[in-house]
Amino acid sequence: MIKDILKVTEQLDAELAAIGDNRDRAARERRAQLEKERAAALEKCCDLTPEDRVFLSRHPQRPKIDDYINALFTDFFEQKGDRQCKEDASMLGGIALYRGRPVTVVGQRKGRNLEENLKYNFGMPGPEGYRKALRMMKQAEKFGRPIITFIDTPGAYPGLEAEERGQGEAIARNLAEMSLLKVPVIAVVTGEGASGGALAIGVANKILMLENAIYSVLSPEGFASILWKDSSRHAEACDIMKLTAQDLYNFGIVEKIIKEPRGGAQIAPEQLFLSLDASLNETLSELSHMSGDELARDRYNKFRKIGQPTDN
Amino acid sequence: MPNILKSITQAMQNSTLSRKAAQDTGTAFSAWQAPVFVTCPGCQRRATRAAWVDSMYVCPNCGHYQPIGGYYRLSLIFDHGSFRETDGDMTSKNVLNFPGYDEKLASQKKKTGLNDSAITAYGKIDGIPSVAVVLDSRFFMGSMGCVVGEKVTRAIELASEKNLPLIIFSASGGARMQEGIYSLMQMAKTSAAIADFSEKGGLFISYLTHPTTGGVSASFANLGDIVLAEPGALIGFAGPRVIEQTIGQKLPEGFQRSEFQMEHGFVDAIVPRSEMKATLSRILRLHSCGRGDRK
Repeated sequence: MIKDILKVTEQLDAELAAIGDNRDRAARERRAQLEKERAAALEKCCDLTPEDRVFLSRHPQRPKIDDYINALFTDFFEQKGDRQCKEDASMLGGIALYRGRPVTVVGQRKGRNLEENLKYNFGMPGPEGYRKALRMMKQAEKFGRPIITFIDTPGAYPGLEAEERGQGEAIARNLAEMSLLKVPVIAVVTGEGASGGALAIGVANKILMLENAIYSVLSPEGFASILWKDSSRHAEACDIMKLTAQDLYNFGIVEKIIKEPRGGAQIAPEQLFLSLDASLNETLSELSHMSGDELARDRYNKFRKIGQPTDN
Repeated sequence: MPNILKSITQAMQNSTLSRKAAQDTGTAFSAWQAPVFVTCPGCQRRATRAAWVDSMYVCPNCGHYQPIGGYYRLSLIFDHGSFRETDGDMTSKNVLNFPGYDEKLASQKKKTGLNDSAITAYGKIDGIPSVAVVLDSRFFMGSMGCVVGEKVTRAIELASEKNLPLIIFSASGGARMQEGIYSLMQMAKTSAAIADFSEKGGLFISYLTHPTTGGVSASFANLGDIVLAEPGALIGFAGPRVIEQTIGQKLPEGFQRSEFQMEHGFVDAIVPRSEMKATLSRILRLHSCGRGDRK
């Protein structure tokens, strides 16, 4: 459904662009007409299905981690390499100022086009990426910097070399070490959060999730292929997996849902950045009152509570 | 009186272990109709059940490792009379209202006689009190949902509280898909519990058996102070089929097997089943020296 609406708005956008800022009366009228049609089209986006959200979460124009860094932080200094084996460009991170306060930012990096995606491996880190993230997070702890992670990945890379170098061990190590960190950790699920590859930077005190982002045990395609040996049934998987922000909020896994502009974040990114900034600031101030030990305990308790049997 | 009660419960627990272990191996009285000969899936040759039992279900002809039941494995490591199961009656709920999950759970329970894929217990190994967890691959491929995550975490917390060493035998296809995001979060929960246990100085021996993949390999299974593996076990994050699809070629022979993992630095030792108890006992003794009275 959302695909059709976005096709319409794209056409309207193209026409609007063609008119440009022509000041003729006819052009002005046409522009007003087109804008009205566009608003009417977007109006229909209020009731999105999980499948629509999966589509939006992967939209090529959806803001990527570098957009968030540019919009929300200043003075970003990129750090590279895991200090053991290599640099993994699918994990982006470094030190930056958030409202004047030094923080460590880290997250999976997706590209905007094929060339970038090949460079960033479609946002699928290998063990080096996770070890690089952990190195930066341990360093943040050393210098008392809060950690903000941005989750956007189809999953950890399932390749030969990734296995040879211990993909499982790298993810496991991150989960264990992140639970002990004595600084505030906030995770923001911005796009697709799939499998252990997402969770490996997601052991946070608070998890914020964008309205059209998804977070799941596996991609809907992978899910369908494991359960039904048929990845083409992914639409059906989207419905039963309970992977939307609202689902995760209801489960108590996600603390806050960040509203997106109607039609998805790509329609008006600046609007999204504003609301994300407000929530991020609020969450960070909440956590700033806690001591290092309290933060680690809080994080432990957050995950300890998930999936406890209600009665036995 | 409480002492008598205690010893009665203990006696019941022990008879339960021998009975369940016998069921696992097909030697229980109730399974008397089971065939006397068992065919090895590795070499297709037959051997008597007695021979299989003697070799702890490693093929007497070709050395192929048959998966074994959780209770049977515990009966192989715990001293006679020391076994005590914890949280034995915890069962999974259909947290996502996943279509067909309730029926599948019921049929798995009926088929295996287990309540879920994790068995957690307390017992003694050559006199050393320990906490042990076994994932049983017969139940839902040993997959980790809320019950496995919770039982594993409780076992870790028990070991932590009582200052006991912890041994986890993993065998799992990964996260349980039917419990969705809850399953994923069990990875964080169990790993955090291991991290906390480790901070307090606890010893965790992770024993990887066939297969240890997916979410279990990317959480507690790979966090052992000592990591042991059974010969020939498949150990890895992504399954071989997924990797072959990704790289578009066949994987080399032995890829992701125990020997491969040891060669790449992720396993301390490959331990044959026949040496399992002796090896565990030896590692436990190495850790109990000079640590004072840790009760």
